[in-house]
Amino acid sequence: MADRVIKKSEFIELIDRLLESYRVYAPVRQQDMTNFQEISAADQVDLSLANTTMSPKSIMLPQSETMFEFNVDKTSDQAAILRETEKDLSPRLIFGIRPCDAKAFQLLDLNFDTVAYKDPWWVARRKTTTLMGLACNAPCSTCFCTSVGSGPFAPEGLDLLLVDVDDYFLIQVITEKGEKLLNEEGIETEAAGAMKQAALASEKSSLQSIKSVVSAASLAQHDTKTLFDSDFWEEVQFACINCGVCTFVCPTCWCFDIQDEVHKDNGIRLRNWDSCMFPLFTLHGSGHNPRAQKLQRLRQRFMHKLKYFVDKYDKGVACVGCGRCVQQCPVNIDIREVFRLMND
Amino acid sequence: MENPYLPYPVRIDSVVTETEDRNLKTFKLIFLNSADREKFIHRAGQFAELSIAGKGEIPIGIASSPTEQEYLLFTVNKVGVVTTALHQMSAGDVIGVRGPLGNWYPWEQMEGKNIVIIGGGFAFTTLRASIVYLLHPDNRSHFGDITVIYGARTPGMLLYKDELAAWNERDDIRIHITVDAADDPNWQYNVGFVPAITQEKAPSAKDAYAVVCGPPIMIKFTLPILRELGFPEERTIMSLEMRMKCGVGMCGRCNIGGEYVCKDGPVFSLTQLSQLPGEY
Amino acid sequence: MVSLKEKMIHRALLLLSERKVDAVLGFQRGTIPMMSHPILIRHPEGADQLHWDSFCSTNLANYLPQRKERIAIFAKGCDSRNIVLQILENQIKREQLYIIGVPCQGMLDRRKVQAELNGRELLGVRETSQHLHLLGEGFMDSLERSSYLQENCAICTHRNAVIHDELLVEPVLEQEGVDRYEDVRAIEAMTASKRWSYFEELLAPCIRCYACRNACPMCFCPVCFVDESTPQWLGKSIDPTDTKTFHFLRAYHLAGRCTDCGNCERACPMSIKVRQLTKKLEKDILELYGYEAGLSLDQSPPLDTYSPDDPQEFIR
Repeated sequence: MADRVIKKSEFIELIDRLLESYRVYAPVRQQDMTNFQEISAADQVDLSLANTTMSPKSIMLPQSETMFEFNVDKTSDQAAILRETEKDLSPRLIFGIRPCDAKAFQLLDLNFDTVAYKDPWWVARRKTTTLMGLACNAPCSTCFCTSVGSGPFAPEGLDLLLVDVDDYFLIQVITEKGEKLLNEEGIETEAAGAMKQAALASEKSSLQSIKSVVSAASLAQHDTKTLFDSDFWEEVQFACINCGVCTFVCPTCWCFDIQDEVHKDNGIRLRNWDSCMFPLFTLHGSGHNPRAQKLQRLRQRFMHKLKYFVDKYDKGVACVGCGRCVQQCPVNIDIREVFRLMND
Repeated sequence: MENPYLPYPVRIDSVVTETEDRNLKTFKLIFLNSADREKFIHRAGQFAELSIAGKGEIPIGIASSPTEQEYLLFTVNKVGVVTTALHQMSAGDVIGVRGPLGNWYPWEQMEGKNIVIIGGGFAFTTLRASIVYLLHPDNRSHFGDITVIYGARTPGMLLYKDELAAWNERDDIRIHITVDAADDPNWQYNVGFVPAITQEKAPSAKDAYAVVCGPPIMIKFTLPILRELGFPEERTIMSLEMRMKCGVGMCGRCNIGGEYVCKDGPVFSLTQLSQLPGEY
Repeated sequence: MVSLKEKMIHRALLLLSERKVDAVLGFQRGTIPMMSHPILIRHPEGADQLHWDSFCSTNLANYLPQRKERIAIFAKGCDSRNIVLQILENQIKREQLYIIGVPCQGMLDRRKVQAELNGRELLGVRETSQHLHLLGEGFMDSLERSSYLQENCAICTHRNAVIHDELLVEPVLEQEGVDRYEDVRAIEAMTASKRWSYFEELLAPCIRCYACRNACPMCFCPVCFVDESTPQWLGKSIDPTDTKTFHFLRAYHLAGRCTDCGNCERACPMSIKVRQLTKKLEKDILELYGYEAGLSLDQSPPLDTYSPDDPQEFIR
């Protein structure tokens, strides 16, 4: 599918037009950070930072979401019978998502969209959401996407990929869903050779600028129990304060909790993000906790991402190299160092 | 698309208090919609999430056999928020059931083999389902000798006492009931811990599978005895417990290594378990 | 700062090789600019990993509760005050600790510095006594150190360790005439409804990651009230009422126990000024009891003790 091109000034008009048929999510300024939010006008978009502080996963898997509703009024013949909460599943567009974060959605599909079970909300949202990505012309020093199967211009998981070329966006058309959007909006000007050359040059220089590299090649070969019992966990875990920052900012951490809440006669069953860093995550009713110690919880996080996931799906690690945990961990536990310890 | 988180509504048909400490009750559940009943096709060894609106869900082994088609049985130990709420409910109340979930004892592999069932305490539930299944006239001839060793702390803590007595009368199943201690002078069965009785009764490992389900301490001391008796790891079958939420392998908490106990388990052979980190 | 670091390495080496302690608690250089990594060193050979700069702001006392070995700890003023409180609350024993006081000029706020960068990426920093030099692709900026202090450091009146076995270098001059509660008074002056919306806005970005709680050297309950399930005191969603309940109760639990070390605010990934809550309680405790937390082993936090001349009537 041929690349298209659009002038940046026209692009802003395009976003405003798309707002008529899509719910549009894009990076929006919040004090000294940006985060994805539903916008109501194109001028709310802020692309000045390399990436958002929180990953866009909440657009697919909200931090808190009502699954079911019920009433507990015993006089009602519907008492205690759960019914699905209605969701707005009208078309959505995520604009400005980085390739690493789009790749994360693909990885999470492996968990939520399986042969045996399908998470109905995840699957529906994935289907009704179009991903218009933005290539990274200037990756951060903490970006290591190229080591983990993604890249600053990687198309995986995206429908469209925009490349910032001076006053224009070159638009790579990746899926039919993306093409349909462009055709409907009349974005049909094909990119000229010079424009494509410029985009290629950007990609090349972007790739060259990524200096942060991890190795993951040997992870699959290593014996699970040997890794599990390694001495290095003791050292890695020392500084950890067992907060949930790494898991909450991570685009590939998907674990959740299910909770009931009741107000008067009305109740909801909702799911919330959960974290393997929290002791309650695995606490049995009997009081027994298979991961009672900080070391066990920290090890679980890294083993899950860099070993269990690798072995289970044969699709690489459950990490896209976005570097958010590296930047946000309050005590500087650096996953790149854990890669080294586990892989080498 | 089926929503795997949505429970089927069921009505509590009866509640039986099983044990003298009144902490274990068996709930007989009837589906409100017969269509749901038809969708719920389980194998012995599977579990389901019991859902109490406003309290939450709890994974419980299915105590009824697939051959008992009109109802579901769950024997529930009172430990936390959901089970306490369930214990306060009575016949006629509506709850939810989500399932069947997880895998089952390897019935296909076990066909034609002798079966040794070893259970302790309140973990006997899916073993009860298994025994009822095995003894069903349609199934009995497909299996060899059936030996059951079942122990509880005291006679009053045994589950399914009437059924135990009835099975004890049959000649197509050998059953060894034991208690840690009995002060009842009329106690006619064994006294001793499950591992000791297993050693004493020494069920043959020849062409046999051992299915073991019980508290960690019982498992810990029973496994070496099964090894001594000659049960290989691949024919030693266990069922595990873990804190669960979704029950369908998605919420991420119940893993042992790369395996989710809710979806890849709860039934594992000792061969499988020995390849996993010992984090359970 | 180089000299401080070298002195630390020297002291750690000696203490470990003479087996005066089993381990030394300090910092390692971070893997990214403006970050540091707490580290426990057990062998003399490991001593040269020690590092010190203006971003070693993590309160190391957070790593002490329930440890069994003899530990040497490099303690800033705030760390030392939390050590005092932990000793008083039986989390660690005085005789287990070898406290090396590190006089502190105030730690720098990486987010304030980041805000100056406007999206440009920082690749390294260099420090001099008055300045912070920022290095990146095609730029080198210099910032006046004093303008980028962590907010708690800017108003700190205990920069030297209040309890120590030795001082690494000569004490620094304590700041005097500091107005610690200007912001608290501004909130107190608000009408009730304005104050409520102020707190609502303040806490709205919270993602319930509990970094503030876990970063706090005084949050060491075996089971936190937010993690209790029987009974469950509050919901686990990001419902604003539950979120506020968490923050308010956490702050109350720190009344008379908070040293304003700033570890909570520093750890928050959403840059929430959670100290706005604890500072109000700090001010109240000071006004009601004349007590500042963690200054002396002879003074327990007022809410932990009963005394017949308690200023409040209700307890008598």
